[in-house]
Amino acid sequence: MLGKGIINGLTVTAWNFFGSYFSKSRLTTVQYPEGGNTVTAFSRNIPFLVFDDANAPIDSLRCVACKICEKECPPQCIYIVQDKDANGKLIKSPKIFDIDISVCMGCQICVEVCPFESIKMDSHFELAGRDRFADLLLHREQLAKSNDYYHKIHPAEAREVDDRLAAKQKKAGPA
Amino acid sequence: MILNTLLDNPDQILVNLFHQGAALLQACPALVIALGILLSTVPLVAIFPACFAITTWLERKGLARIQNRIGPNRAGWFGLLQPMADGIKMLLKEDIVPQTSDRLAHFLAPVLLLIPAFTVLSVLPFSRNMIPAAADTGVILFFALGSISTLPVFMAGWSSHNKYSLLGGMRAIAQMVSYEIPLVLSTVTVVMLTGSLNTVKIVEFQQVTHWIEGSNPALQILGQVLKWNVFTPWGFTGFLIFFISSLAEINRCPFDLPEADSEIVAGHLTEYSGFKYALFFMGEYVSAFAISGLAVTLFLGGWSGPNIRPWWSEDPRALLIPGFVWFFLKMFALILIMIWIRGTLPRLRVDHLMAFAWKFLMPLALINIFIAGAYYYLPHWIGWPAGLIVIYACYEGLGRINRRHLGPKRIYRYA
Repeated sequence: MLGKGIINGLTVTAWNFFGSYFSKSRLTTVQYPEGGNTVTAFSRNIPFLVFDDANAPIDSLRCVACKICEKECPPQCIYIVQDKDANGKLIKSPKIFDIDISVCMGCQICVEVCPFESIKMDSHFELAGRDRFADLLLHREQLAKSNDYYHKIHPAEAREVDDRLAAKQKKAGPA
Repeated sequence: MILNTLLDNPDQILVNLFHQGAALLQACPALVIALGILLSTVPLVAIFPACFAITTWLERKGLARIQNRIGPNRAGWFGLLQPMADGIKMLLKEDIVPQTSDRLAHFLAPVLLLIPAFTVLSVLPFSRNMIPAAADTGVILFFALGSISTLPVFMAGWSSHNKYSLLGGMRAIAQMVSYEIPLVLSTVTVVMLTGSLNTVKIVEFQQVTHWIEGSNPALQILGQVLKWNVFTPWGFTGFLIFFISSLAEINRCPFDLPEADSEIVAGHLTEYSGFKYALFFMGEYVSAFAISGLAVTLFLGGWSGPNIRPWWSEDPRALLIPGFVWFFLKMFALILIMIWIRGTLPRLRVDHLMAFAWKFLMPLALINIFIAGAYYYLPHWIGWPAGLIVIYACYEGLGRINRRHLGPKRIYRYA
Protein backbone atom coordinates (compact mmCIF):
# COMPACT_ATOMS: atom_id res chain seq x y z
CA MET A 1 0.00 0.00 0.00
CA LEU A 2 1.17 3.48 -0.82
CA GLY A 3 2.31 5.34 2.29
CA LYS A 4 3.02 2.24 4.33
CA GLY A 5 6.57 3.39 4.98
CA ILE A 6 5.31 6.62 6.52
CA ILE A 7 3.04 4.71 8.89
CA ASN A 8 5.89 2.37 9.83
CA GLY A 9 8.08 5.38 10.57
CA LEU A 10 5.38 6.99 12.68
CA THR A 11 5.00 3.82 14.77
CA VAL A 12 8.75 3.71 15.37
CA THR A 13 8.81 7.28 16.66
CA ALA A 14 5.68 6.74 18.74
CA TRP A 15 7.32 3.64 20.25
CA ASN A 16 10.37 5.72 21.12
CA PHE A 17 8.23 8.50 22.56
CA PHE A 18 6.24 6.31 24.93
CA GLY A 19 9.18 3.99 25.60
CA SER A 20 11.24 6.87 26.95
CA TYR A 21 8.67 7.31 29.75
CA PHE A 22 8.78 3.66 30.81
CA SER A 23 12.34 2.43 30.35
CA LYS A 24 15.09 4.39 32.08
CA SER A 25 17.75 2.73 29.94
CA ARG A 26 16.48 4.64 26.90
CA LEU A 27 17.42 8.01 28.39
CA THR A 28 21.19 7.81 28.16
CA THR A 29 21.87 11.52 28.63
CA VAL A 30 23.51 12.26 32.00
CA GLN A 31 22.07 15.29 33.77
CA TYR A 32 25.49 16.71 34.46
CA PRO A 33 25.95 18.47 37.80
CA GLU A 34 23.38 16.52 39.82
CA GLY A 35 23.43 13.30 37.83
CA GLY A 36 27.16 12.72 38.39
CA ASN A 37 29.67 12.36 35.60
CA THR A 38 30.69 9.61 33.26
CA VAL A 39 34.44 9.55 33.86
CA THR A 40 35.74 6.02 33.23
CA ALA A 41 39.17 4.40 33.32
CA PHE A 42 39.42 5.26 29.62
CA SER A 43 38.59 8.96 29.87
CA ARG A 44 41.32 11.40 28.98
CA ASN A 45 41.46 15.09 28.29
CA ILE A 46 44.67 16.99 29.20
CA PRO A 47 48.11 15.69 30.23
CA PHE A 48 49.65 15.82 33.72
CA LEU A 49 53.18 15.22 35.05
CA VAL A 50 53.79 12.16 37.24
CA PHE A 51 55.94 12.38 40.39
CA ASP A 52 56.92 9.58 42.76
CA ASP A 53 57.67 11.18 46.13
CA ALA A 54 54.70 12.85 47.82
CA ASN A 55 57.05 14.86 50.12
CA ALA A 56 58.85 16.55 47.28
CA PRO A 57 56.53 16.67 44.30
CA ILE A 58 58.51 19.06 42.10
CA ASP A 59 61.87 17.46 42.83
CA SER A 60 60.62 13.94 42.18
CA LEU A 61 59.04 14.65 38.80
CA ARG A 62 59.90 11.95 36.31
CA CYS A 63 60.33 14.59 33.62
CA VAL A 64 63.92 15.16 32.50
CA ALA A 65 63.16 18.19 30.32
CA CYS A 66 64.20 16.40 27.12
CA LYS A 67 61.63 18.49 25.20
CA ILE A 68 60.51 15.65 22.94
CA CYS A 69 56.87 16.30 23.84
CA GLU A 70 57.31 20.01 23.20
CA LYS A 71 58.56 19.25 19.70
CA GLU A 72 55.95 16.61 18.95
CA CYS A 73 52.93 18.51 20.27
CA PRO A 74 50.78 19.21 17.17
CA PRO A 75 49.14 22.43 18.47
CA GLN A 76 52.37 23.39 20.28
CA CYS A 77 50.80 23.99 23.64
CA ILE A 78 53.80 22.80 25.72
CA TYR A 79 56.58 25.17 26.80
CA ILE A 80 59.65 23.76 28.60
CA VAL A 81 62.76 25.45 30.01
CA GLN A 82 65.48 23.20 31.38
CA ASP A 83 66.71 23.90 34.92
CA LYS A 84 70.36 24.72 35.81
CA ASP A 85 72.33 23.85 38.90
CA ALA A 86 74.36 26.29 41.06
CA ASN A 87 77.24 26.22 38.58
CA GLY A 88 75.03 27.12 35.63
CA LYS A 89 75.14 23.57 34.24
CA LEU A 90 71.96 22.18 32.71
CA ILE A 91 70.34 19.46 34.81
CA LYS A 92 67.70 16.84 33.98
CA SER A 93 64.72 18.68 35.40
CA PRO A 94 62.29 21.28 34.05
CA LYS A 95 62.44 24.82 35.43
CA ILE A 96 59.31 25.77 33.53
CA PHE A 97 56.78 23.24 32.23
CA ASP A 98 53.66 25.02 30.99
CA ILE A 99 50.68 23.60 29.13
CA ASP A 100 48.13 25.96 27.61
CA ILE A 101 44.97 23.90 28.06
CA SER A 102 42.98 26.26 25.87
CA VAL A 103 45.21 25.06 23.01
CA CYS A 104 45.69 21.41 24.03
CA MET A 105 43.54 19.09 21.98
CA GLY A 106 44.01 16.00 24.14
CA CYS A 107 45.62 13.94 21.38
CA GLN A 108 47.89 11.98 23.76
CA ILE A 109 50.89 12.25 21.40
CA CYS A 110 53.05 13.71 24.20
CA VAL A 111 52.25 10.61 26.28
CA GLU A 112 53.18 8.27 23.46
CA VAL A 113 56.53 9.89 22.67
CA CYS A 114 57.73 10.30 26.28
CA PRO A 115 60.55 7.77 26.93
CA PHE A 116 60.43 8.30 30.72
CA GLU A 117 56.71 7.62 31.41
CA SER A 118 56.58 11.07 32.96
CA ILE A 119 53.60 12.61 31.20
CA LYS A 120 50.19 10.90 31.29
CA MET A 121 46.60 11.78 30.45
CA ASP A 122 44.33 13.16 33.17
CA SER A 123 40.59 12.57 33.33
CA HIS A 124 39.70 15.59 35.45
CA PHE A 125 37.56 17.83 33.29
CA GLU A 126 36.20 20.66 35.44
CA LEU A 127 38.82 23.14 34.31
CA ALA A 128 36.79 26.32 33.92
CA GLY A 129 38.42 29.49 35.24
CA ARG A 130 37.60 33.14 35.70
CA ASP A 131 40.58 34.43 33.73
CA ARG A 132 40.79 33.22 30.19
CA PHE A 133 44.57 33.61 30.00
CA ALA A 134 46.10 32.98 33.45
CA ASP A 135 43.65 30.28 34.55
CA LEU A 136 44.08 28.24 31.40
CA LEU A 137 47.90 28.22 31.42
CA LEU A 138 48.86 25.41 33.81
CA HIS A 139 52.35 25.47 35.38
CA ARG A 140 54.37 22.48 36.58
CA GLU A 141 53.02 22.92 40.14
CA GLN A 142 49.46 22.47 38.90
CA LEU A 143 50.39 19.75 36.45
CA ALA A 144 52.34 17.64 38.95
CA LYS A 145 50.27 14.75 40.25
CA SER A 146 51.36 11.68 42.19
CA ASN A 147 51.73 8.17 40.88
CA ASP A 148 49.01 7.18 43.35
CA TYR A 149 46.61 9.54 41.58
CA TYR A 150 47.58 7.91 38.30
CA HIS A 151 46.79 4.52 39.81
CA LYS A 152 43.43 5.85 40.94
CA ILE A 153 42.28 7.19 37.56
CA HIS A 154 43.78 4.62 35.17
CA PRO A 155 44.56 1.53 37.33
CA ALA A 156 45.38 -1.05 34.65
CA GLU A 157 47.50 1.32 32.62
CA ALA A 158 49.40 2.56 35.71
CA ARG A 159 50.22 -1.00 36.80
CA GLU A 160 51.62 -1.75 33.37
CA VAL A 161 53.75 1.40 33.50
CA ASP A 162 55.06 0.48 36.96
CA ASP A 163 56.03 -2.99 35.76
CA ARG A 164 57.85 -1.54 32.81
CA LEU A 165 59.75 0.93 34.98
CA ALA A 166 60.67 -1.81 37.46
CA ALA A 167 61.99 -4.01 34.65
CA LYS A 168 64.09 -1.13 33.36
CA GLN A 169 65.45 -0.50 36.87
CA LYS A 170 66.37 -4.18 37.23
CA LYS A 171 68.21 -4.16 33.93
CA ALA A 172 70.12 -1.01 34.79
CA GLY A 173 70.51 -1.85 38.50
CA PRO A 174 73.28 -4.55 38.69
CA ALA A 175 75.61 -2.65 36.41
CA MET B 1 -32.60 36.79 36.20
CA ILE B 2 -29.26 37.50 34.55
CA LEU B 3 -27.69 34.67 36.54
CA ASN B 4 -30.41 32.33 35.30
CA THR B 5 -29.76 33.07 31.65
CA LEU B 6 -26.05 32.62 32.25
CA LEU B 7 -26.49 29.27 34.00
CA ASP B 8 -28.99 28.00 31.46
CA ASN B 9 -26.32 28.08 28.78
CA PRO B 10 -23.00 27.08 30.31
CA ASP B 11 -21.35 27.08 26.89
CA GLN B 12 -22.61 30.60 26.18
CA ILE B 13 -21.51 32.34 29.41
CA LEU B 14 -18.94 34.52 27.69
CA VAL B 15 -21.27 35.41 24.83
CA ASN B 16 -24.14 36.25 27.18
CA LEU B 17 -21.88 38.31 29.42
CA PHE B 18 -20.95 40.37 26.38
CA HIS B 19 -24.64 40.84 25.52
CA GLN B 20 -25.41 41.90 29.09
CA GLY B 21 -22.56 44.38 28.99
CA ALA B 22 -23.76 45.70 25.64
CA ALA B 23 -27.27 46.12 27.09
CA LEU B 24 -25.87 48.25 29.91
CA LEU B 25 -24.08 50.48 27.42
CA GLN B 26 -27.12 50.79 25.18
CA ALA B 27 -27.13 54.57 25.53
CA CYS B 28 -23.90 54.83 23.60
CA PRO B 29 -23.85 52.62 20.46
CA ALA B 30 -20.34 53.67 19.54
CA LEU B 31 -19.10 52.27 22.84
CA VAL B 32 -20.88 48.96 22.16
CA ILE B 33 -19.16 48.69 18.81
CA ALA B 34 -15.80 49.53 20.37
CA LEU B 35 -16.40 46.91 23.05
CA GLY B 36 -17.32 44.35 20.41
CA ILE B 37 -14.18 45.05 18.42
CA LEU B 38 -11.99 44.89 21.51
CA LEU B 39 -13.58 41.68 22.76
CA SER B 40 -13.15 39.91 19.44
CA THR B 41 -9.57 40.99 18.78
CA VAL B 42 -7.83 41.18 22.15
CA PRO B 43 -8.44 37.52 23.08
CA LEU B 44 -7.07 36.42 19.68
CA VAL B 45 -3.94 38.51 20.12
CA ALA B 46 -3.55 37.28 23.71
CA ILE B 47 -4.48 33.60 23.45
CA PHE B 48 -2.66 32.58 20.29
CA PRO B 49 0.79 33.85 21.31
CA ALA B 50 0.21 31.98 24.59
CA CYS B 51 -0.63 28.87 22.59
CA PHE B 52 2.54 29.51 20.59
CA ALA B 53 4.59 29.53 23.80
CA ILE B 54 3.02 26.27 24.97
CA THR B 55 3.54 24.71 21.55
CA THR B 56 7.25 25.52 21.43
CA TRP B 57 7.58 23.75 24.78
CA LEU B 58 5.45 20.81 23.58
CA GLU B 59 7.48 20.58 20.41
CA ARG B 60 10.84 20.57 22.17
CA LYS B 61 9.66 18.04 24.74
CA GLY B 62 7.96 15.84 22.15
CA LEU B 63 10.90 15.82 19.74
CA ALA B 64 13.24 15.12 22.64
CA ARG B 65 11.23 12.10 23.76
CA ILE B 66 11.04 10.81 20.19
CA GLN B 67 14.85 10.94 20.14
CA ASN B 68 15.08 9.41 23.63
CA ARG B 69 16.19 12.64 25.28
CA ILE B 70 14.60 14.52 28.16
CA GLY B 71 14.24 17.95 26.57
CA PRO B 72 14.16 21.29 28.37
CA ASN B 73 14.00 20.67 32.13
CA ARG B 74 15.89 23.54 33.75
CA ALA B 75 13.63 26.61 33.57
CA GLY B 76 10.70 26.01 35.87
CA TRP B 77 8.76 22.84 36.55
CA PHE B 78 9.45 20.34 33.73
CA GLY B 79 11.00 23.21 31.80
CA LEU B 80 7.64 24.95 31.48
CA LEU B 81 9.25 28.39 31.76
CA GLN B 82 11.53 27.62 28.81
CA PRO B 83 9.39 29.67 26.34
CA MET B 84 9.76 32.66 28.69
CA ALA B 85 13.52 32.19 28.84
CA ASP B 86 13.60 31.94 25.04
CA GLY B 87 11.51 35.07 24.73
CA ILE B 88 13.76 37.08 27.04
CA LYS B 89 16.80 35.85 25.16
CA MET B 90 15.26 36.85 21.83
CA LEU B 91 14.29 40.29 23.15
CA LEU B 92 17.74 41.03 24.51
CA LYS B 93 19.63 39.88 21.44
CA GLU B 94 21.25 42.37 19.14
CA ASP B 95 19.17 43.13 16.08
CA ILE B 96 21.61 42.77 13.20
CA VAL B 97 20.59 44.20 9.81
CA PRO B 98 22.96 43.48 6.90
CA GLN B 99 24.57 46.61 5.52
CA THR B 100 23.55 45.90 1.93
CA SER B 101 20.00 44.88 2.75
CA ASP B 102 16.87 46.73 1.72
CA ARG B 103 16.22 48.11 5.18
CA LEU B 104 12.53 48.92 4.83
CA ALA B 105 11.57 45.57 3.31
CA HIS B 106 13.81 43.75 5.77
CA PHE B 107 12.01 45.45 8.64
CA LEU B 108 8.51 45.08 7.19
CA ALA B 109 8.67 41.37 6.31
CA PRO B 110 8.19 39.91 9.82
CA VAL B 111 5.46 42.43 10.61
CA LEU B 112 3.63 41.74 7.36
CA LEU B 113 3.79 38.01 8.01
CA LEU B 114 2.01 38.42 11.33
CA ILE B 115 -0.88 40.43 9.89
CA PRO B 116 -2.44 37.70 7.68
CA ALA B 117 -1.58 35.06 10.29
CA PHE B 118 -3.70 36.83 12.90
CA THR B 119 -6.38 38.14 10.53
CA VAL B 120 -7.38 34.72 9.23
CA LEU B 121 -8.16 33.64 12.79
CA SER B 122 -11.15 35.96 12.74
CA VAL B 123 -13.21 33.76 10.40
CA LEU B 124 -12.92 30.66 12.61
CA PRO B 125 -15.93 29.85 14.81
CA PHE B 126 -14.42 29.01 18.21
CA SER B 127 -17.75 28.16 19.80
CA ARG B 128 -21.47 28.64 19.20
CA ASN B 129 -22.04 32.36 18.50
CA MET B 130 -18.38 32.97 19.14
CA ILE B 131 -16.76 34.10 15.92
CA PRO B 132 -14.90 37.40 15.52
CA ALA B 133 -16.09 37.99 11.94
CA ALA B 134 -19.06 35.91 10.77
CA ALA B 135 -18.42 36.55 7.08
CA ASP B 136 -20.63 34.78 4.54
CA THR B 137 -17.51 34.06 2.49
CA GLY B 138 -15.38 32.91 5.41
CA VAL B 139 -13.51 30.13 3.61
CA ILE B 140 -12.63 32.32 0.63
CA LEU B 141 -11.58 35.10 2.96
CA PHE B 142 -9.32 32.71 4.82
CA PHE B 143 -7.49 31.62 1.68
CA ALA B 144 -7.36 35.11 0.20
CA LEU B 145 -5.80 36.54 3.36
CA GLY B 146 -3.68 33.48 3.99
CA SER B 147 -2.10 33.60 0.54
CA ILE B 148 -0.64 37.03 1.38
CA SER B 149 1.78 35.28 3.73
CA THR B 150 3.78 34.10 0.71
CA LEU B 151 4.79 37.66 -0.02
CA PRO B 152 6.53 38.56 3.28
CA VAL B 153 8.55 35.37 3.06
CA PHE B 154 9.83 36.39 -0.36
CA MET B 155 10.30 39.96 0.87
CA ALA B 156 12.51 38.62 3.64
CA GLY B 157 14.47 36.53 1.14
CA TRP B 158 14.92 39.37 -1.34
CA SER B 159 15.68 42.19 1.08
CA SER B 160 18.35 40.27 2.99
CA HIS B 161 20.73 40.46 0.03
CA ASN B 162 21.98 36.98 0.73
CA LYS B 163 21.94 34.11 -1.71
CA TYR B 164 20.69 31.62 0.86
CA SER B 165 17.83 33.94 1.80
CA LEU B 166 16.93 34.46 -1.83
CA LEU B 167 16.99 30.72 -2.53
CA GLY B 168 14.79 30.15 0.49
CA GLY B 169 12.37 32.84 -0.63
CA MET B 170 12.13 31.39 -4.13
CA ARG B 171 11.60 27.91 -2.78
CA ALA B 172 8.87 29.28 -0.52
CA ILE B 173 7.05 30.91 -3.44
CA ALA B 174 7.20 27.77 -5.58
CA GLN B 175 6.08 25.56 -2.74
CA MET B 176 3.29 27.76 -1.42
CA VAL B 177 1.82 28.45 -4.85
CA SER B 178 1.87 24.74 -5.75
CA TYR B 179 0.34 23.50 -2.52
CA GLU B 180 -2.33 26.20 -2.44
CA ILE B 181 -4.09 24.35 -5.26
CA PRO B 182 -4.70 20.96 -3.59
CA LEU B 183 -5.41 22.86 -0.36
CA VAL B 184 -8.24 24.84 -1.91
CA LEU B 185 -9.49 21.96 -4.06
CA SER B 186 -9.84 19.75 -1.00
CA THR B 187 -12.05 22.33 0.70
CA VAL B 188 -14.27 22.58 -2.37
CA THR B 189 -15.88 19.25 -1.41
CA VAL B 190 -17.00 20.63 1.96
CA VAL B 191 -18.29 23.81 0.38
CA MET B 192 -20.20 21.75 -2.24
CA LEU B 193 -21.91 19.53 0.29
CA THR B 194 -22.67 22.34 2.71
CA GLY B 195 -23.75 24.77 0.02
CA SER B 196 -22.13 27.62 1.87
CA LEU B 197 -18.77 29.32 2.34
CA ASN B 198 -19.82 30.47 5.79
CA THR B 199 -17.75 28.72 8.44
CA VAL B 200 -20.62 28.84 10.95
CA LYS B 201 -22.91 27.02 8.50
CA ILE B 202 -20.16 24.48 7.75
CA VAL B 203 -19.97 23.59 11.44
CA GLU B 204 -23.75 23.41 11.76
CA PHE B 205 -23.84 21.10 8.75
CA GLN B 206 -21.71 18.64 10.70
CA GLN B 207 -24.26 18.34 13.53
CA VAL B 208 -27.48 16.31 13.65
CA THR B 209 -29.69 19.09 14.97
CA HIS B 210 -32.78 17.05 15.86
CA TRP B 211 -30.68 14.59 17.87
CA ILE B 212 -28.94 17.37 19.77
CA GLU B 213 -32.25 19.08 20.53
CA GLY B 214 -33.90 15.76 21.49
CA SER B 215 -34.04 14.41 25.01
CA ASN B 216 -31.79 11.33 24.76
CA PRO B 217 -28.27 12.17 26.11
CA ALA B 218 -26.60 9.38 24.11
CA LEU B 219 -28.08 10.75 20.88
CA GLN B 220 -27.05 14.25 21.94
CA ILE B 221 -23.45 13.07 22.15
CA LEU B 222 -23.62 11.11 18.88
CA GLY B 223 -25.34 13.97 17.08
CA GLN B 224 -22.30 16.15 17.71
CA VAL B 225 -19.80 13.58 16.44
CA LEU B 226 -21.20 11.20 13.83
CA LYS B 227 -21.76 13.69 11.05
CA TRP B 228 -18.26 15.15 10.98
CA ASN B 229 -17.09 15.40 7.40
CA VAL B 230 -14.01 13.32 8.16
CA PHE B 231 -16.23 10.25 8.60
CA THR B 232 -17.19 10.23 4.93
CA PRO B 233 -14.93 8.90 2.13
CA TRP B 234 -14.60 12.29 0.44
CA GLY B 235 -14.19 14.04 3.79
CA PHE B 236 -11.44 11.71 4.93
CA THR B 237 -9.54 12.08 1.67
CA GLY B 238 -10.15 15.81 1.71
CA PHE B 239 -8.88 16.02 5.26
CA LEU B 240 -5.70 14.12 4.41
CA ILE B 241 -5.03 16.27 1.34
CA PHE B 242 -5.82 19.41 3.32
CA PHE B 243 -3.55 18.40 6.18
CA ILE B 244 -0.62 17.44 3.93
CA SER B 245 -0.88 20.61 1.87
CA SER B 246 -1.26 22.72 4.98
CA LEU B 247 2.04 21.28 6.22
CA ALA B 248 3.62 22.57 3.02
CA GLU B 249 1.74 25.85 3.23
CA ILE B 250 3.16 26.67 6.68
CA ASN B 251 6.65 25.32 5.85
CA ARG B 252 6.52 22.52 8.40
CA CYS B 253 8.47 19.29 8.21
CA PRO B 254 8.71 17.35 5.88
CA PHE B 255 8.10 20.30 3.57
CA ASP B 256 10.44 22.75 5.31
CA LEU B 257 12.52 23.38 2.21
CA PRO B 258 12.38 27.19 2.41
CA GLU B 259 14.29 27.05 5.70
CA ALA B 260 16.16 23.80 5.15
CA ASP B 261 19.00 24.26 7.60
CA SER B 262 21.22 21.55 6.15
CA GLU B 263 21.04 23.00 2.64
CA ILE B 264 20.58 26.77 2.72
CA VAL B 265 21.51 27.80 6.31
CA ALA B 266 18.06 29.00 7.38
CA GLY B 267 16.57 30.13 4.07
CA HIS B 268 14.73 33.41 4.31
CA LEU B 269 15.49 33.59 8.06
CA THR B 270 19.27 33.59 7.57
CA GLU B 271 19.76 37.31 8.06
CA TYR B 272 17.24 37.71 10.85
CA SER B 273 18.14 37.79 14.49
CA GLY B 274 16.66 38.78 17.80
CA PHE B 275 13.07 39.85 17.95
CA LYS B 276 12.47 39.93 14.20
CA TYR B 277 13.38 36.25 14.10
CA ALA B 278 11.00 35.64 17.00
CA LEU B 279 8.23 37.43 15.08
CA PHE B 280 8.82 35.18 12.07
CA PHE B 281 8.74 32.19 14.33
CA MET B 282 5.51 33.33 15.94
CA GLY B 283 3.94 34.13 12.56
CA GLU B 284 4.70 30.61 11.40
CA TYR B 285 3.16 29.04 14.47
CA VAL B 286 0.08 31.27 14.44
CA SER B 287 -0.52 30.31 10.80
CA ALA B 288 -0.12 26.68 11.88
CA PHE B 289 -2.87 27.26 14.46
CA ALA B 290 -5.03 29.06 11.93
CA ILE B 291 -4.77 26.36 9.29
CA SER B 292 -5.31 23.61 11.88
CA GLY B 293 -8.33 25.58 13.09
CA LEU B 294 -9.68 25.66 9.55
CA ALA B 295 -9.06 21.92 9.17
CA VAL B 296 -10.98 21.39 12.42
CA THR B 297 -13.81 23.61 11.19
CA LEU B 298 -14.06 22.04 7.76
CA PHE B 299 -13.55 18.37 8.53
CA LEU B 300 -13.52 17.69 12.26
CA GLY B 301 -16.82 19.28 13.26
CA GLY B 302 -15.47 22.63 14.41
CA TRP B 303 -16.48 23.35 17.98
CA SER B 304 -18.82 20.35 18.27
CA GLY B 305 -17.65 17.40 20.31
CA PRO B 306 -19.10 14.74 22.63
CA ASN B 307 -21.31 17.05 24.61
CA ILE B 308 -24.69 16.86 26.39
CA ARG B 309 -27.31 19.40 27.35
CA PRO B 310 -27.12 20.45 31.03
CA TRP B 311 -29.97 18.65 32.85
CA TRP B 312 -31.24 21.83 34.48
CA SER B 313 -31.40 23.86 31.30
CA GLU B 314 -34.59 24.83 29.46
CA ASP B 315 -32.86 25.92 26.26
CA PRO B 316 -32.83 23.00 23.73
CA ARG B 317 -29.58 24.22 22.21
CA ALA B 318 -27.66 24.65 25.47
CA LEU B 319 -24.51 22.58 25.95
CA LEU B 320 -22.61 21.57 29.06
CA ILE B 321 -19.01 22.02 27.88
CA PRO B 322 -18.15 25.22 26.03
CA GLY B 323 -17.46 24.62 22.35
CA PHE B 324 -14.07 26.32 22.40
CA VAL B 325 -12.77 23.54 24.68
CA TRP B 326 -13.37 21.01 21.92
CA PHE B 327 -12.10 23.39 19.29
CA PHE B 328 -8.78 23.92 21.03
CA LEU B 329 -8.47 20.23 21.94
CA LYS B 330 -8.83 19.24 18.31
CA MET B 331 -6.54 22.04 17.16
CA PHE B 332 -3.82 20.95 19.56
CA ALA B 333 -4.29 17.33 18.50
CA LEU B 334 -3.49 18.39 14.93
CA ILE B 335 -0.48 20.39 16.15
CA LEU B 336 0.76 17.33 18.04
CA ILE B 337 0.45 15.26 14.87
CA MET B 338 2.54 17.91 13.08
CA ILE B 339 5.20 17.59 15.79
CA TRP B 340 5.06 13.80 15.50
CA ILE B 341 5.53 14.04 11.73
CA ARG B 342 8.42 16.45 12.24
CA GLY B 343 10.10 13.92 14.48
CA THR B 344 9.62 11.16 11.93
CA LEU B 345 9.93 12.16 8.30
CA PRO B 346 13.01 13.42 6.48
CA ARG B 347 12.84 16.46 4.23
CA LEU B 348 11.66 16.03 0.62
CA ARG B 349 13.80 16.87 -2.37
CA VAL B 350 12.67 19.92 -4.37
CA ASP B 351 11.59 17.96 -7.46
CA HIS B 352 9.83 15.35 -5.31
CA LEU B 353 8.00 18.14 -3.53
CA MET B 354 6.71 19.60 -6.79
CA ALA B 355 5.88 16.20 -8.26
CA PHE B 356 3.95 15.27 -5.12
CA ALA B 357 1.81 18.39 -5.33
CA TRP B 358 1.13 18.39 -9.06
CA LYS B 359 1.12 14.70 -9.95
CA PHE B 360 -0.44 13.20 -6.86
CA LEU B 361 -2.29 15.60 -4.57
CA MET B 362 -3.93 17.70 -7.28
CA PRO B 363 -5.39 14.81 -9.35
CA LEU B 364 -6.53 13.14 -6.15
CA ALA B 365 -8.23 16.34 -5.00
CA LEU B 366 -9.95 16.68 -8.38
CA ILE B 367 -11.20 13.09 -8.26
CA ASN B 368 -12.35 13.72 -4.71
CA ILE B 369 -14.59 16.53 -5.94
CA PHE B 370 -16.36 14.15 -8.34
CA ILE B 371 -16.75 11.58 -5.58
CA ALA B 372 -18.26 14.21 -3.29
CA GLY B 373 -20.69 15.13 -6.07
CA ALA B 374 -21.71 11.50 -6.55
CA TYR B 375 -22.03 11.09 -2.77
CA TYR B 376 -24.44 14.02 -2.69
CA TYR B 377 -26.83 12.47 -5.24
CA LEU B 378 -26.56 8.79 -4.25
CA PRO B 379 -28.28 7.31 -1.19
CA HIS B 380 -25.74 7.10 1.65
CA TRP B 381 -25.71 3.30 1.89
CA ILE B 382 -24.41 3.17 -1.70
CA GLY B 383 -22.44 6.40 -1.71
CA TRP B 384 -20.36 5.64 1.37
CA PRO B 385 -18.86 2.24 0.42
CA ALA B 386 -18.73 3.05 -3.30
CA GLY B 387 -16.93 6.32 -2.57
CA LEU B 388 -14.46 4.55 -0.33
CA ILE B 389 -13.66 1.91 -2.96
CA VAL B 390 -13.29 4.43 -5.78
CA ILE B 391 -11.11 6.79 -3.76
CA TYR B 392 -8.88 3.95 -2.60
CA ALA B 393 -8.51 2.65 -6.15
CA CYS B 394 -7.58 6.14 -7.35
CA TYR B 395 -5.11 6.56 -4.50
CA GLU B 396 -3.34 3.31 -5.36
CA GLY B 397 -3.59 3.94 -9.11
CA LEU B 398 -2.08 7.41 -8.86
CA GLY B 399 0.69 5.99 -6.73
CA ARG B 400 1.45 3.30 -9.32
CA ILE B 401 1.38 5.75 -12.23
CA ASN B 402 3.78 8.06 -10.43
CA ARG B 403 6.08 5.21 -9.48
CA ARG B 404 6.39 4.14 -13.12
CA HIS B 405 8.74 7.04 -13.82
CA LEU B 406 11.21 5.94 -11.19
CA GLY B 407 14.23 4.01 -12.38
CA PRO B 408 15.23 0.59 -11.05
CA LYS B 409 15.51 0.44 -7.30
CA ARG B 410 18.91 1.59 -6.10
CA ILE B 411 20.80 -0.67 -3.75
CA TYR B 412 23.02 1.01 -1.18
CA ARG B 413 26.16 -0.72 -0.01
CA TYR B 414 28.55 0.27 2.70
CA ALA B 415 31.93 1.19 1.30
